[in-house]
Amino acid sequence: MERQMICIMCPMGCNLTVKEQDGQITVTGNGCNRGVVFAKEEISCPKRIVTTSVKTKNGVKSVKTTASIPKSLIFDCVKEIEKLRLKDAKFGQIIIKNVLNTGADVVVTANE
Amino acid sequence: MKTQVVVIGGGPAGMCAALSASKTGAKVVLVERDEVLGGILNQCIHNGFGLHYFHEELTGPEFAHRFRIMVEADKNIKVLTNTLVTKIEDKKVQIMGKNGFEEIEAQAVVLAMGCRERTAGNISLCGTRPMGIVTAGVAQKMVNIDGKMIGKDIVILGSGDIGLIMARRLTLEGAKVHAVFEINSTSSGLRRNIMQCLEDFDIPLFFNTTIFEVVGKDRVEGVYYGQVDKNFQPIESTRKFLKCDTVVLSVGLIPEMYIAPDTITCKTTGGAIVNEFYQTDKPWLFCCGNILHVHDLVDNVALEAEQAGKFASLYALGKLPTQSKSLPVVAGEGVSYVLPYSVFEGQGKVEFKLRLKTKVVRKNLVAKCGANILGKKFVLAGVPGEMLKFEIEKNGASDKIVVEIE
Repeated sequence: MERQMICIMCPMGCNLTVKEQDGQITVTGNGCNRGVVFAKEEISCPKRIVTTSVKTKNGVKSVKTTASIPKSLIFDCVKEIEKLRLKDAKFGQIIIKNVLNTGADVVVTANE
Repeated sequence: MKTQVVVIGGGPAGMCAALSASKTGAKVVLVERDEVLGGILNQCIHNGFGLHYFHEELTGPEFAHRFRIMVEADKNIKVLTNTLVTKIEDKKVQIMGKNGFEEIEAQAVVLAMGCRERTAGNISLCGTRPMGIVTAGVAQKMVNIDGKMIGKDIVILGSGDIGLIMARRLTLEGAKVHAVFEINSTSSGLRRNIMQCLEDFDIPLFFNTTIFEVVGKDRVEGVYYGQVDKNFQPIESTRKFLKCDTVVLSVGLIPEMYIAPDTITCKTTGGAIVNEFYQTDKPWLFCCGNILHVHDLVDNVALEAEQAGKFASLYALGKLPTQSKSLPVVAGEGVSYVLPYSVFEGQGKVEFKLRLKTKVVRKNLVAKCGANILGKKFVLAGVPGEMLKFEIEKNGASDKIVVEIE
């Protein structure tokens, strides 16, 4: 099996070719080792960092997951964050620990 | 008020220019019209910033935060927020802030006001002008800063990065993004954004396609869209209707030059013509960031602004070395523009920043002075949407330098 994909690990956006043969995965077209890690994950369990905002008393504050989470959980993650109504949210504050058992926390990224 | 360097604009370019100018020894005043420093980064809540500069992946507000802390800790930088520049004339900057009108007298001025979005008027979008036509950056501010949703059924015109980012953002906020239309045959956005913002969410991207007409009286009710020919003229036989309540425009950015003093500008970028010191035809006036040329990565803005800030500071302190002959740098075959627009004759390295006219696969980029080849760079895959950097040795150059695809 051969698959073409674009690496999203950095803005270079390398064109990766991923070959799977007899359980061996080979990656070509990558500019650095992060491309190999990305490609292997992308064909087994694609993951993304989720960025969205959380409602506070005065409006919204931007948040992110501290690590990438399975792509299939993106919408569920956003729903978990949507449930919250925070009095206040400070820069770097963890608002959900281990969201959906992914190992990633949700933290506030806005700074004022 | 007197100072040595005035930096106008408190986004990434302005903050980096101010920090660098201060580090080089000048007293700096940084003027920002918003309440807080950070500029557009504050509304770019997605990740992907800082990989080059900080070697880690940050969101826009986090990237801005790092510089803001440094600016606020720097005793040689005086920050004026909620302050608008009304005029720049002969090293004098007129401002309107909490003390009313004031004038800052400086030795050098750095323009770092970024760019603004092209609007429906700029692209002569046909049809009516009901509520529901917004530019991508305005949509981003409404959703991410003000917490207001802009619509339920969205169509995006233009596949610039902010448009792609907003396609994902609006989808996560519960809207249905029906399509992204791109009039060109390639996207001007980063490839990674097409993948993680459109493909991840099954949002279709149509090339050679545009909106023929917006329909709606009070609110957008839909759009007629279809394909265009090679002269970008609508092919009427492909005309179709798509019901939607919102049209998001991501159709390009223009350097924010309206307050800038008269200076020679480049037709392609819309920004000022600068030499390798980021100095305009007015020796005291420097430019960096998106007001000079639109960047795809804020990391590159930061690096460029550090250079401009340093040279502005040296100029203000009377330490900028007087230079030899100025050699024009010209965009040749396949290249739409090259920065800087001139370099000084002499030794040493110089870094060119350029954009390609069309997609290029496995070709060489060369810098030539007559028959003398100053540098060569292999381009594996280049697209107009991604800025290229190209470092050469000046050695031997004594005349016009042409940068082109071989």
